[in-house]
Amino acid sequence: MNRQIARLAAVGLGMLIVLVVATTYWQTWAAGGLADRQDNEIQRVAQFTIKRGAIKAADGTMLARNVRARKGGQTLYFRRYPAATLAPHVVGYSTQSRSRAGLERSQNDYLTASNANLSTVLDTTIDKLKGVTIVGNDLVLTLNAGAQKVANDALAGNCGSAVALDVATGKVLVMASAPTYDANVIEDSFDRIARIQAPCKPAAALVNRATDGLYVPGSTFKVVTAAAALDTGRYTADSRFVDKGYCEEYGKRVFNYSDQDGPEQFGSVNFVTAMQHSINSVFCNIGKALGAGMIIDYAKRFGFYSVPPLETPVNERQASGLYDKGELWEPDDPSQVDPGRFAFGQERLLVTPLQMAMVTAAIGNGGKVMRPYVVDRVLAPGGSTVTRTKPEELGRAVKPQTAATLRRMMESVVNGGTGGAAAIPGLLVGGKTGTAETGVDGVNTTWFICYAGKGRPEVAVAVALEGQRGTGASTAAPIARVIVQALLGSAANS
Amino acid sequence: MPWADPSLLPMAALMTAMGVTMIYRLEPGDALRQALWVVIGVALFAGTLLALRRDYRRLEAYKYLFGVSAIVLLALPALPVLGQTINGARLWIRVGPLQVQPGELAKIMLIVFLAGYLRDKREVIAQGRIKDFGPLLLIWGAAMLVLLQTNDLGSALLQFGIFLAMLYVATARASFVMAGLVLFLAGSAFVYKTVSHVQDRVTIWLHPWTSQPVPCSFNGQLELRQDCGSLQLVKSLYSIGHGGYGGTGLGKGTFTTTAGEPIIPFLNTDFIYSAIAQELGLIGSAGLLLVFMLFVARGMRVAMRAQDGFSKLLAAGLTFGFALQTFIIVGGVLRVIPLTGITLPFVSYGGSSVVANFVLLAGLLLVSNRANAPR
Repeated sequence: MNRQIARLAAVGLGMLIVLVVATTYWQTWAAGGLADRQDNEIQRVAQFTIKRGAIKAADGTMLARNVRARKGGQTLYFRRYPAATLAPHVVGYSTQSRSRAGLERSQNDYLTASNANLSTVLDTTIDKLKGVTIVGNDLVLTLNAGAQKVANDALAGNCGSAVALDVATGKVLVMASAPTYDANVIEDSFDRIARIQAPCKPAAALVNRATDGLYVPGSTFKVVTAAAALDTGRYTADSRFVDKGYCEEYGKRVFNYSDQDGPEQFGSVNFVTAMQHSINSVFCNIGKALGAGMIIDYAKRFGFYSVPPLETPVNERQASGLYDKGELWEPDDPSQVDPGRFAFGQERLLVTPLQMAMVTAAIGNGGKVMRPYVVDRVLAPGGSTVTRTKPEELGRAVKPQTAATLRRMMESVVNGGTGGAAAIPGLLVGGKTGTAETGVDGVNTTWFICYAGKGRPEVAVAVALEGQRGTGASTAAPIARVIVQALLGSAANS
Repeated sequence: MPWADPSLLPMAALMTAMGVTMIYRLEPGDALRQALWVVIGVALFAGTLLALRRDYRRLEAYKYLFGVSAIVLLALPALPVLGQTINGARLWIRVGPLQVQPGELAKIMLIVFLAGYLRDKREVIAQGRIKDFGPLLLIWGAAMLVLLQTNDLGSALLQFGIFLAMLYVATARASFVMAGLVLFLAGSAFVYKTVSHVQDRVTIWLHPWTSQPVPCSFNGQLELRQDCGSLQLVKSLYSIGHGGYGGTGLGKGTFTTTAGEPIIPFLNTDFIYSAIAQELGLIGSAGLLLVFMLFVARGMRVAMRAQDGFSKLLAAGLTFGFALQTFIIVGGVLRVIPLTGITLPFVSYGGSSVVANFVLLAGLLLVSNRANAPR
């Protein structure tokens, strides 16, 4: 019988070898696919066994840290957000019940030390072998905690957003969205988010309006139109226009904004004055002369029609541009767009506050568009730097001399024009107001964009407010001013 | 037992220790009970050795008693008062405070019966006369009926595999094995068509993940299959995949949610392998399987060295049963075959299983002692 027994032994051992092969398959080739599965609860919980990296503002203000908890025999690290409502739209949250958002989501690899940097891989592997808790990398953001708080306070009671960029580098110094929320309540009392009260319906407190909110830009877009008009050489600062109080389009009259300061008809003005007093009829005629295609080309140079690069998750950012039926839309034929109304920021144009801040910063930066970034550096648990973000030029929007002319125009807006509310003694401030009609009579989206600095533009600010009864000059400009003061506090007082 | 195989007992001890350690890590309370069962198992092991130390071959004289006992044991859970249905299968009987799974012991008794009967009748059976198959088919058929009745598919597959293997060893007729497999496939097809429980198992095996909600038999609602029928299998695969090469380390695996709820049901019985695979990784689980393979190799060597037919059949049957049981449960956990819940020998939590495996070990040692004894 021994021959049969030997064969039986071969069958028995063969079955066990199949098991070894199958185990190898699941633990090596298939392991990645299993880990990526949406319902992989083990993977989700295991992430909580990692001591996530902390997230701090530029001055070290703690935005996200861990609390240790022992549950079911394992040590878990849950998130706490000590700054609560300060910058939840940027930082986001990492929870069990609601997954992740913001930087907590997009920077998860760094925060859990599963990024592919050689030193991090080495440390993590050694930690694993030693059985030590894996410690993630810390993030240091570019956010200025003080100015961020000032922006939140100034926005309180409104729906809207404020963004401040460092002109020379593209650092995001302020990114505030109102209403704000406390990320600490996401895990256990999510219904409190839904109960947040705001003058807009729905309040949508979780939405980062700075990058995800699309607003009609109104007159702030005149800066882009002027950039196109000047940079093409078709117009100069001294080009003269005759304002009759309206502009004729398709046989109909498009009137100037009725509430603006100054006379209803300005008569003969130059380009600077037209910008200073935000004269719609002038920009309407420029738009007709340039055509919508040319303005779109220049808008694209500033970053329109592409999702602005930032470290937050891509689904929390929107591209600015013309929107048709809720979709970003680029006309096949410029005649599909009304160039006159497009030129002063109406038509179907929708923009994000971040995009308008980028436009302003580029003008302050001599025409160069810098890539905005909010993660300044990533630190290993020991404190050594894993990566540091280097300022990067995305491209040139306009020639330096065009930027200089635009600055002259924007500074005239603050000094004797519609943006007087943003003037700060001792500081150079150039800005542009915007009061965009929303279709509901007397209710506007109001804007103020400006750059400011001591002698040269240092910071660029964009403020957008929803559902306002006032103008950009009366509502948004004061908010922009306090943000500039908070950012350049010492300079402003000296 | 001066001449018994020197490596079988240490290997069994290693597997048992690994099991108790893992159970302690998962459910400390269960580990104490498991340790008690190990003590009882060792006592029975010693008792078996002691009782049969002169000549275990006298068991052969009681082969029919063993056969009938096996059927009775298997049928016990199907009885109305004694039997208990747990997770859709009637495998347990309640004796005072204890839940006993008599199928585990029945398996060994069936092997003893088959060894005795086949040794006796192997020549005539090899000629293929139906008459000689009678008692064999009767007892085996009864066993299969009882198993199907109790919905215990894993055990049915195991008993059938052991039966075919021993028949082959006894008769050297591969055609019997083929015929048996054909019968088995036909039977499986029939069962698949008629028993929805079996269809579910196969569907879960073939398509554990769905992207659209499908009817869930547990709550009657539409759910993704990975959230319903195949939840156990899928979560267990996640556990294995999470282990990777080196594993998370003992005690560092993830088996509960952040609220402390278990993620994988029946982790320390049916799914202990996926717990080991997560914490010890490929290195640890392949190492454990290597111990199983060595155990099988040694067991088969004992069968080959034994001098008489009964001993050979007994050792080969016990060893093959051990290997097949491992394949059925671990293969099920690894999605090699449809998942059916039986225990992993020596490792899984479960009193009946531990006791039965120690008796199995005693049988192998008895045979090896006699085989190696100088004459």
